[in-house]
Amino acid sequence: MIVAFVLNGERTTARVMTPISLLEVLRDDLGMGGSKNACEQGECGSCSVMLDGELVCSCLVMAVDAEGSDIRTVEGVSSGGFLHPVQEAMHRAGAVQCGFCTPGFVMAAIDLFEHNPSPSKDDIREALAGNICRCTGYGAIIRAFEDLAGETR
Amino acid sequence: MVETNFGHASPEEVVVLRRLDELTEWDGNRLGAGVTWRRIEREGPKAFAQAARTVGSPQIRNAATVGGNVGTASPAGDGLPFLAAVDASIDLASSDGERSLTWDQFFTGVKKTARRPDELITGVRIPEELPERQEFAKIGVRNAMVIATVCCVVTRRESGETRVALGSVAPTPMRARRAEEMISSLSKPGESDLAEFARLVSEEVSPITDHRSTEEYRRHAAGVLARRLLERCLK
Amino acid sequence: MTTRTARPATDIEGLIGDSPLRPDGVSKLKGEFDFAQDLSADQMLWGATLRSPHPYARIVSVDIAPALAIGGVHAVLTAEDVPGRARFGLEHPDQPVLASGTVNYWGEPVAVVAAEDQRTARAAAQAVVVEYEVLDPLVDMEEADRRDEVFRRMRIRRGDQGVIGDVVIEGTYEVGMQDQAPLGTEAGLAVPDGSGGVDLYATSQFVHIDHEQVVASLGLRPDQVRSHPTGIGGAFGAREDVNLHIHLCLLALHTSRPVKMVYHRAESFTGHVHRHPARLWYRHHADREGRLLRVEARVVIDGGAYASTTSAVLANASYFAVGPYKCDSVAVDGVGTRTNNPPCGAMRGFGAVQVCFGYEAQMDRIAAEIGIDPLEIRRRNVLTTGDPMPTTGQIIETPLPTMEVIDSLEAMPLLGNGRSDDPVHLPGGTGLTTDAAHVVSGVGYALGIKNLGFSEGSDDYAQARVLLTGEGAIVETAAIEVGQGLVSVLAQIARTELGISRAAVRHVDTSRIDSAGSTSASRQTQVSGGATFEAAANLRRRILETFGGDRLDDEGVWKGDERVAPMSTVLDNHWEETVTFRHPPTFESDEDGQGVVHADFAVAGHRAIVDVDVELGLVKVHRVDTTQDVGRALNPQAVRGQIEGGILQGVGLAVMEELIVEDGMIKNPNFTDYLLPTILDAPEVEALLIEKEGSWGPYGAKGVGEPPTISSTAAVVAAIREATGTALTRVPVRPQDIALSDH
Repeated sequence: MIVAFVLNGERTTARVMTPISLLEVLRDDLGMGGSKNACEQGECGSCSVMLDGELVCSCLVMAVDAEGSDIRTVEGVSSGGFLHPVQEAMHRAGAVQCGFCTPGFVMAAIDLFEHNPSPSKDDIREALAGNICRCTGYGAIIRAFEDLAGETR
Repeated sequence: MVETNFGHASPEEVVVLRRLDELTEWDGNRLGAGVTWRRIEREGPKAFAQAARTVGSPQIRNAATVGGNVGTASPAGDGLPFLAAVDASIDLASSDGERSLTWDQFFTGVKKTARRPDELITGVRIPEELPERQEFAKIGVRNAMVIATVCCVVTRRESGETRVALGSVAPTPMRARRAEEMISSLSKPGESDLAEFARLVSEEVSPITDHRSTEEYRRHAAGVLARRLLERCLK
Repeated sequence: MTTRTARPATDIEGLIGDSPLRPDGVSKLKGEFDFAQDLSADQMLWGATLRSPHPYARIVSVDIAPALAIGGVHAVLTAEDVPGRARFGLEHPDQPVLASGTVNYWGEPVAVVAAEDQRTARAAAQAVVVEYEVLDPLVDMEEADRRDEVFRRMRIRRGDQGVIGDVVIEGTYEVGMQDQAPLGTEAGLAVPDGSGGVDLYATSQFVHIDHEQVVASLGLRPDQVRSHPTGIGGAFGAREDVNLHIHLCLLALHTSRPVKMVYHRAESFTGHVHRHPARLWYRHHADREGRLLRVEARVVIDGGAYASTTSAVLANASYFAVGPYKCDSVAVDGVGTRTNNPPCGAMRGFGAVQVCFGYEAQMDRIAAEIGIDPLEIRRRNVLTTGDPMPTTGQIIETPLPTMEVIDSLEAMPLLGNGRSDDPVHLPGGTGLTTDAAHVVSGVGYALGIKNLGFSEGSDDYAQARVLLTGEGAIVETAAIEVGQGLVSVLAQIARTELGISRAAVRHVDTSRIDSAGSTSASRQTQVSGGATFEAAANLRRRILETFGGDRLDDEGVWKGDERVAPMSTVLDNHWEETVTFRHPPTFESDEDGQGVVHADFAVAGHRAIVDVDVELGLVKVHRVDTTQDVGRALNPQAVRGQIEGGILQGVGLAVMEELIVEDGMIKNPNFTDYLLPTILDAPEVEALLIEKEGSWGPYGAKGVGEPPTISSTAAVVAAIREATGTALTRVPVRPQDIALSDH
């Protein structure tokens, strides 16, 4: 069947078979390879996208359920050659090592800052608790967003 | 979705529930099955909100629903002990009509419920008037995204009526009724009463040993948690 | 090898000592960076693997017909389809490409399939019918030792073997099986070139060794296979061994189509090697002042079904079994066993992690026995430059600032760490299990030592090529970037030596450059950095000689204040310099384990502060502070990243990470039950870098990737012991170990 939705601001359609996940459709059919498949169980956050304004794991969303939805992926957060402030903050803080978890963190952090422009360190940690990083030990990631929170204060 | 991602399930027909408005209604004491843990974390009664905060991760809480957890009926479901503590009931609907089961009628075994294959969980009913004191706690080996080793809800009313519900220590969420009876009759339990209370809870649970924990630890931890939550209620 | 002082200060950004923005940062942040899992090719097929459901069984029959009958399936291959060498292996080619005769571990590959899409390929793999005669697996490492099922035995004897101490402390310790669990799973794409050869793009730490093994098993000429450095989502040792590489090339050549394969998470856990679980026995002898008189150790590590790097891991564990301490009477016996458990191999720390847990526990016990504090006993036994290694007798020639590590670690203030009575900060976190009244705190220290580079006579080298072009300096290399920041550091070295502001690393495949060796053993900064340094320095010298100048920069060649050649003239020539860098040689040890075995050493110390809810056995690791011997921090931000990441892996081993293997089968090959630390589990980290020049690395730099993992685990457990008084002789520590202990 064909599902239609808005993807990063553009109307998009995809032919999907149930029960394929939204993650699979994004990566394999729509060329949106930024969202990553690292566990397919919703345990790592590397597939995080915004679905109707809510941060979710796209590996746990059935693609047919995306019909009529508004979806934002990492590919849609920067524009005109400029990084989103979240991306800029991570870049400066050295919060990117292998980069596999990075798109997921970008989406989760954007979700955080959109709901809470001045998060405390505890807010940052709890909001990112669903995103696993194996390389950085999270130190630089926390510093990136503390810096950003300080700037937006 | 986890099952289908790994190819263990391949449904031919799928009904999408996410946008059925009726299912996301939250009307006083009745939560539609589609109410997410995120909403419960923000708006729910105290111990239910505390439990919601520990469900999965922010991503999971935005999508996972009370109906989903109830339908999955995992013995470790974080939100289920609260439902047991307040004697919630579960609403079911099918083309033949509707019915409502109490939580202990509904949960029948490990990941087993009394829901018939043609029934949809439409909502969860909790009492209008909830106990003033209610506390939740959950033990896990790490601080986020963790399956409960033991979780517990204790509620207490001015009258002394105490409820103790636990998860991960039996095939279904359970109530420690002997411990409840013992402590409910005491208006100002002392040190030895609390110790006895904890002991009764430990005795009543029937945990297993698995790759996450041991029977011995779960039994011990159940008593400790129940006691601590009761002490918080008594403060 | 002499060290060079840095080039005089210039306006260039991104010199050594700076922390320039990562060149691949933007593409990774935008999700545009191509990891192996993101690659595709026209007409691509998907591969999948059928794995053994038994840890030990005889293969009675294999029927591939049901799989071939599935629509969309292009190939089903088994052992008889391997045209060349039937076995592969990093050190010894003992592992079958595809099983034949017997399967020796749960998950061993038996057949591979290529099909039109991944779902079909996986379904087809499951459709292959294999009849097994289930056999009784050998799963206990002690039993394997008794049966002499071993990959290697180590024997180290140094000094007078009759020494007995006034204080004798004996202990046994156990380290569970940790997994590297990089976030990116195994993935790759193999593209046949139409003339019988193939190009391989796969997750790897060492493309030249993959190339070697692919060539051997495919029976091809070396020039027919090209292995390309490819984007990889972390490694930590899991990607040194071949896993899908030969399978992919087999399928690609068999079908004449590009073939892609991506392991799902459970398959990834099953499909790569793990950290060796270990059992350690120690007997430490000391005098009444706590000076070590003799150390006896028995180290048993379980290599699982195939050799992988067990031989080298065992050697490392044995050579570092005493730790960074002087001792002139040492006896170490080590064994790396062969069982039907999942194969084990390299994981960050490579044997030195396991023994550190043992020897640091012992040092604390000696201190307690004689009544001195944990840092004092370490001070009294410090191993430093000029001393002989306690195990091998090798005189330590590199700067080894062990005393300074201890002193500066002690001097780090015990910072108020923002800990309040908010449950989020207490053990149990948002689980609300714990009130402040239930908490006891503890502080623990540990030191660790690690070799840098390969040892025991390995011909350890790296080739790099530096070119000066219209785009600036290009460093060509096959050295793999796994996230550690090598692409930054090599460019920084090129900029510094050439005086050119634009510099970038260009990864090239095995046909275009010689090996850079593995990205492991904390070696790339030193060896690939060393090659880059020499190549850039040589290039600069040649350019200056050619134009008679004494300085080079973006504008061209200068002599004094006069520009003698503009850059456009310089670039009329082709400038390229290739260097193969070898560090000072190492040698195999003799029959007593004596010899110049290691290329370099680094020492680090950790201090952990924990809160423990003893009644429930829950631990909150608040801080792990560290001082680390880094030689020279070429990129301080990247060094800090390695330290914080490594410390958290150490914390994981201390309190939550273990692959549970029962009867040879992994019970928790998923992220639900193999628990990786989340951001809520991460401690605060304060890191002090100790820079002492003198090592052979460029500018005196030492590798920094592994030292953070060596003693962080031991420090955390030491802190828990201090808080609870519980002996804790096994990691990971589980709640019941604390809550239900008899102390």
